[in-house]
Amino acid sequence: MRSIIAFILIVLPQLILAQEWEDQQLFNADAPAQPLRIISSTDTSLFAPIIADFVAQNADISVEYLVTGTADIDQIFRANPEAFDLVISSAMDLQLKLANDGLAQRLPDVTHPSWAQWRQSLFAFTSEPAAIVINRQAFAGQAIPRTRQELIEAMRAAPETFRGRVGTYDIRQSGLGYLFATQDARASETYWRLMEVLGALDVRLYCCSGDMIDDLASGDIVVAYNVLGSYATARVESRDRLEIVLPSDFPTTMMRTAMVSIEAPQPSPATAFIRHLIALQSRTDTDVFQLPPLNTQSNDIERATIALEPALMTFLDTLKRRRFLAEWENAVIQK
Amino acid sequence: MTHSLPVSGSLRNRLVVILIGGAAILAFLLFFAVRNYATQVAQQGQDNILGASVASILDAATIRDGEVEIDIPYASFSMLSTPFDDRVFYAIYQDDTFLSGYPELAVADRADRFQTVTFRGEAVRMITAERILIGIDQRTRIRVALAQTQDALSGTLEQISRNAAILGGGFFALAALLSYWATSTTIGQLQRLTDSVTKRGPQDLSPFKKPVPAEMAPLVTSLNSLMGRLDQSLSQSEDFIAEAAHRVRTPLATVRSYAEATLQRVDKKENRQAMRSMVRAIDESSRAAGQLLDHAMITFRADHLEREEIDLVDLVHDLVLRLTPIAEMKDLELRLQSDAPVAYAGDPILIQNAVRNLIDNALKYAPNESAVDIVVTAAPNVQIKVCDSGPGFPSEEVDTLTTRFKRGRNAEGTIGSGLGLTIAIDVAKAHGGDLVLSNRKEGGACAALLLSS
Repeated sequence: MRSIIAFILIVLPQLILAQEWEDQQLFNADAPAQPLRIISSTDTSLFAPIIADFVAQNADISVEYLVTGTADIDQIFRANPEAFDLVISSAMDLQLKLANDGLAQRLPDVTHPSWAQWRQSLFAFTSEPAAIVINRQAFAGQAIPRTRQELIEAMRAAPETFRGRVGTYDIRQSGLGYLFATQDARASETYWRLMEVLGALDVRLYCCSGDMIDDLASGDIVVAYNVLGSYATARVESRDRLEIVLPSDFPTTMMRTAMVSIEAPQPSPATAFIRHLIALQSRTDTDVFQLPPLNTQSNDIERATIALEPALMTFLDTLKRRRFLAEWENAVIQK
Repeated sequence: MTHSLPVSGSLRNRLVVILIGGAAILAFLLFFAVRNYATQVAQQGQDNILGASVASILDAATIRDGEVEIDIPYASFSMLSTPFDDRVFYAIYQDDTFLSGYPELAVADRADRFQTVTFRGEAVRMITAERILIGIDQRTRIRVALAQTQDALSGTLEQISRNAAILGGGFFALAALLSYWATSTTIGQLQRLTDSVTKRGPQDLSPFKKPVPAEMAPLVTSLNSLMGRLDQSLSQSEDFIAEAAHRVRTPLATVRSYAEATLQRVDKKENRQAMRSMVRAIDESSRAAGQLLDHAMITFRADHLEREEIDLVDLVHDLVLRLTPIAEMKDLELRLQSDAPVAYAGDPILIQNAVRNLIDNALKYAPNESAVDIVVTAAPNVQIKVCDSGPGFPSEEVDTLTTRFKRGRNAEGTIGSGLGLTIAIDVAKAHGGDLVLSNRKEGGACAALLLSS
């Protein structure tokens, strides 16, 4: 009888939220309690070891890991903040707005440097640069471009090699893509010139880093702009056909952030998970944490990290976003 | 002799309470004034930034192709970053139509005004600003409301309050120390006057000449005038006693010579007995009168002590020679013991008088056919000791006898011995010494006149 009730309790919310997930996995399913629900944009393959480590230490907690895109996370979570315990996303701007709108719990007891957290409610745990990932074959016999400008020149020099074989985020769909695009546009006009060049070459638009890297690896495209370096690194180890370039003219580095829902059904295991994440990222003696840890070196000027501040909300403004997307479409989708 | 005076309140306590109470009130005022001022300044700071931010947003508003575009600068929200990560809310309206931001954030009716309102359960500071945009054939009003939570402000205020409290506390502690010092100094003047009154010898009725603070001058003047009158009245009564004694002595001598003459002529045994008693009584009276005179003389000389170099052994030896006939009448022997001359700077007449009174007393109490020992020593103290083998001092009084006979109390007891000891004490005190009374183990009394150099 009890197991039936438990079954209903577990299944019911999932039935209510009849949601298509990119991936969905339950860890430590034997644990008696209701699972800790994490909604995340990070691929399960990268996060599974972290959760496995967590449930190994907390045998009575089960974890349900739900993966979807950054923009979807924002929509789904805003609609039902009581259905999730933790929100993990790479779209810093969307995450900050969630926290600003009061959807994140303040955890005053979690100690984290002030630059890596906002309002004791949004906690960063990785530093991931946006990279240009290149299929080496396309650049056989010539130098691999190291900056955006060099990439523009290389593509202009041989448009037929690259036509239809370059990819980047569709910033209308991807929250992270939009964040990278806006930060790039803030940093330099080069971004718009690059977008125009990409547009002229019939750029392919992707929703997610994973798909882009899949196509790179299979050779469908030869250049991917603003891909997450961390995803590419995971593949590069097995295939040395790809070259990850961290553009040296101006780097854009994102911090993946986690927060506890204001209406989290299980706030204390959720807080424990945040602590676990923060502690794990700084450990070097284990390979459980496969994501790049927070930049603690002082070369932050060189690897400028996007700051966690209210200014991130600027490009989320309806008018501003409309205008930015119009400009972007104007450059990229040339009809 | 100390009378407990009825005490009402304390100047020191009153001063301390007033000063420290005042300091506490001032410290509180300081604390609230500083905090109040800091609150205004901090609020002004937040308002200024909000004002600049909203101005930069409005500045980015344009009309393009008949449509309002607001390209919010990144710096507009960036400048609102605070160490406490305050939340930021905004709403943009065109005329009365909501354009973007937080629709629940209602703009205020009057522009350019700061308000503190509650938004999403938190107190926020909000500014509303507006700008008129003029297009080719339209005129539209853009209003922007910008609000920020006040965590950093309250954090700053908390810190300022703490600092203001430390400042107020420090001020209070300093003021308390200062008031303690001021009180001590003020009361110290009174204490000093009290000390100098207490330290004075019983005979010293001269006016106070040391400078005193202006506020105490009337008190000291009154005190001086009181002592002047006291001194005058004392010397008057001493003069009177001396005069009376002098006046009585001469007739007494006459009466004595008549009584002596009559004694020669009276044969009847009981009449002779009566005459002898009469002569003795006359002698006693005349001795008392003499001592009163001596006492008056000694009081005067002690007040104006003039020291000269004398040899105490020599002085006592003269005295012993003079008193030997009187001692022999009672079959008493006067034995003077001394090794070497004892040089001393003092008033010879006073010392002689004191020693004579001591020997007189000894002769009076010593039994017949005994000896009176007189010892003069130079070390460890300069002292002249007279001992008899009589009954000694009453044991319960031996310690208090020297203090009992003071001015005004010598009317008690036997007039003769009382005055004698008083004279000896006065002489000893005038020379900075004392009179020490004791009983010998083998019986008899000892009186030692201690003199200090």
